[in-house]
Amino acid sequence: MIAELGLALLWIAAALACLSLVVGILYVRTGKDDLAALVRPASVAQGVLTAVAFGLLITLFVRSDMSVELVARNSHSLKPMLFKVAGAWGNHEGSMLLWLTILGVSGALVAIFEKRLRKDTLVATLAAQAALSLGFFAFLLFSSNPFKRLPVAPPDGQGLNPLLQDPGLAFHPPTLYIGYVGISVAFSFAVGALVTREIGPAFARAMRPWVLGSWIFLTLGITAGSYWAYYELGWGGWWFWDPVENVSLIPWLAGAALLHSVSVTATRNALRAWTVMLAVIAFSMSMVGTFIVRSGLLTSVHSFAVDPERGTFLLALMAIYIGGALTLFALRAGTVAEGKKFALLSREGSLVINNLLLTTILALVLLGTLYPIVAEAMGEKISVGPPYYNKVAGPLALILCLVMVTGPLLNWRKDDGKKLWSRLPIAIFAGAVILFGLVLFGGKVGVLPLLGMTVAGIVAVASLAPLWKRNLRRTPLPTWGMVIAHFSVAIALAGMAAESAFIKERLVAAAPGETVKVDDYSVKFAGVTPTAGPNYTAIRGTLIATTSSGASFTLHPEARTFPGLMGTAPTETNEAALLTRPGGQLYVVLGQPVTGDDGTADRYQLRLWWKPLVWWIWLGGALIAIGAALSMLGRAQLLEIWRVRRARKAEERFA
Amino acid sequence: MKAKHQRLILAAVALCGVAGAGVLGASALRDEAAYFRTPAEVKAGKTMVGEPMRLGGMVAAGSIRRQSDGLTIDFVATDGKASIPVQFKGIVPDLFAENSGMVADGRMRADGIFVADRILAKHDERYMPPQMGEMPKNMKLAPGE
Repeated sequence: MIAELGLALLWIAAALACLSLVVGILYVRTGKDDLAALVRPASVAQGVLTAVAFGLLITLFVRSDMSVELVARNSHSLKPMLFKVAGAWGNHEGSMLLWLTILGVSGALVAIFEKRLRKDTLVATLAAQAALSLGFFAFLLFSSNPFKRLPVAPPDGQGLNPLLQDPGLAFHPPTLYIGYVGISVAFSFAVGALVTREIGPAFARAMRPWVLGSWIFLTLGITAGSYWAYYELGWGGWWFWDPVENVSLIPWLAGAALLHSVSVTATRNALRAWTVMLAVIAFSMSMVGTFIVRSGLLTSVHSFAVDPERGTFLLALMAIYIGGALTLFALRAGTVAEGKKFALLSREGSLVINNLLLTTILALVLLGTLYPIVAEAMGEKISVGPPYYNKVAGPLALILCLVMVTGPLLNWRKDDGKKLWSRLPIAIFAGAVILFGLVLFGGKVGVLPLLGMTVAGIVAVASLAPLWKRNLRRTPLPTWGMVIAHFSVAIALAGMAAESAFIKERLVAAAPGETVKVDDYSVKFAGVTPTAGPNYTAIRGTLIATTSSGASFTLHPEARTFPGLMGTAPTETNEAALLTRPGGQLYVVLGQPVTGDDGTADRYQLRLWWKPLVWWIWLGGALIAIGAALSMLGRAQLLEIWRVRRARKAEERFA
Repeated sequence: MKAKHQRLILAAVALCGVAGAGVLGASALRDEAAYFRTPAEVKAGKTMVGEPMRLGGMVAAGSIRRQSDGLTIDFVATDGKASIPVQFKGIVPDLFAENSGMVADGRMRADGIFVADRILAKHDERYMPPQMGEMPKNMKLAPGE
């Protein structure tokens, strides 16, 4: 019954989306108020019903109802509970339902909370959101029904890709999805504002929390995904420029550009058309990302066996939404009044440069991601890897960081170059100290890492400058948010640069009892023992790492084997062991046994890395999200309402 | 007039930036993009020595040899038409085996050996380059060949 109920709810929700869309269009055309009253409740109901349907899907996974095809294919009754729940979205159909749920719930939240926008703009926005939902409802109901029953229920399920059986999986996709889909609200606001021609500070302020919110989730999702890839793949890298990673980075870059430009529109009423354009680009990029991953265009761990029909469907949806929004923009762009003017050397000016750099990096990453696909269509097989991305994105990112140094120190509208210099001496001094220190004592360091650490130093100092001589308790939250986010960029940048400059790697075939030196650590390989987990068997290595100061730590890397369920081949994974120290991380992977002349395994392959400051990368990522969250909190409508009420009450008391 | 000037300068800067980025992107792609080649294509002279590339093929039966350091392996990659000797130092993926597909990132050395920096095995769910999907079709190997 649960599956049938879930499907029925989805159909009703789809009908409600249809209603919102039609009513919205009618209202915008005729301006009859009685119609508009329908849109808000319809949006809320649509969000609630979709969320309930998603809850029912999770229930099916929790109960291991194998009569449902999706459960049978992706779950197993013996799986730990967390992975049963996560299994609900660790597959194509479930993840599309999650996508729709977030789309619906976002629409509902806009319908409930948005009070600042003009009514017609709000209705147009909700109608745009409903149009988005409708397309994905069609996709789900016609080509990816998650509630499909099997004619005969199998005795048990086929399990879940063992690599995906990690607590990281439980939160990684939902986090990224909230980020992806949150931007849809910015998109809908942009479409709504274009329809009613209300593009100005009010529209920007309504859009800003959604941009910030989704960007926070994207940041967290990317940071978590990077850490997951780092410890789970056992390759020692934290970013592979894999297409799947790129398609999460691209909307993040667009979001970063958008949250800066939307601030300009909200505060200064400038960059109006550009902000609208960026909102369209940002969501288009998250749809492109979803399309590339979901269509099976790239085959990697993220794409669950897909058929071309679905790819075509998604491509059509994308073409309709992006094409439609761009057409609307082209029609209306001419009527968007010119925003407030500003000088090149001003905060607006530096934000324009920030936006140009971010969109350029975006375009170059997109180029590298799509180029192999285009080349393959033309009969040439090409792969574009880290050398390309490092070459194009590295230098631009460093220039971007330098703009980040000056931007917050400039006044709005126009500023004086000499005054800017007078605000920078400590930061420049810090950079110079780092640069000379590294050149003199750092040994052989590459140019990019060297500049990276220098720029990180400059940014770290300069990012604190906006707090200079300020009453810290009265400093507004958004300023705190900006300072923390920019400072955290410096932390992450320092981590990336230090890791690539000073990384130490050892690859050995070691016999038990042997000791390997890597940087400051003497690592003794004590041997291996067979062991078993809840649904795998493993060879578990024991290594004892000792520092030169005598501190000693034990590490247990594992080589795991997951038995093949229902006739599938067994899967093996390498579980790296990590030792986190203040100065960095020791990373150990247990490789394969090496058979000696007598045919017995007497040695094991070991790969050890010392990665200086590597955890700063993820710390920086998490702190950037916290900075953005403070920024959002400082501008939240609820908080504003609460503050106004409190102030009013206080006044009444004194009256 | 002044504002108009400013706008023009801004537009010019933006245009230069976009053009520069285009040139940067195109040149980096030309230098850094790695072609996917089969052993037959390599034998046909489609690749240059030292150029980054990706070699795809089957691991020929009986060809895997481990050197005494326990880390370096030699094997022969074949597509049924031609064979290329490959050398790799490191930990191979668990599913790397004779008679199964693999893709290697690396470059050709002057002596005709392909030196791999990284090996990806077919069915290795950690990573499947799109090229892998097509392999079984154009690669029919008689058992024991």
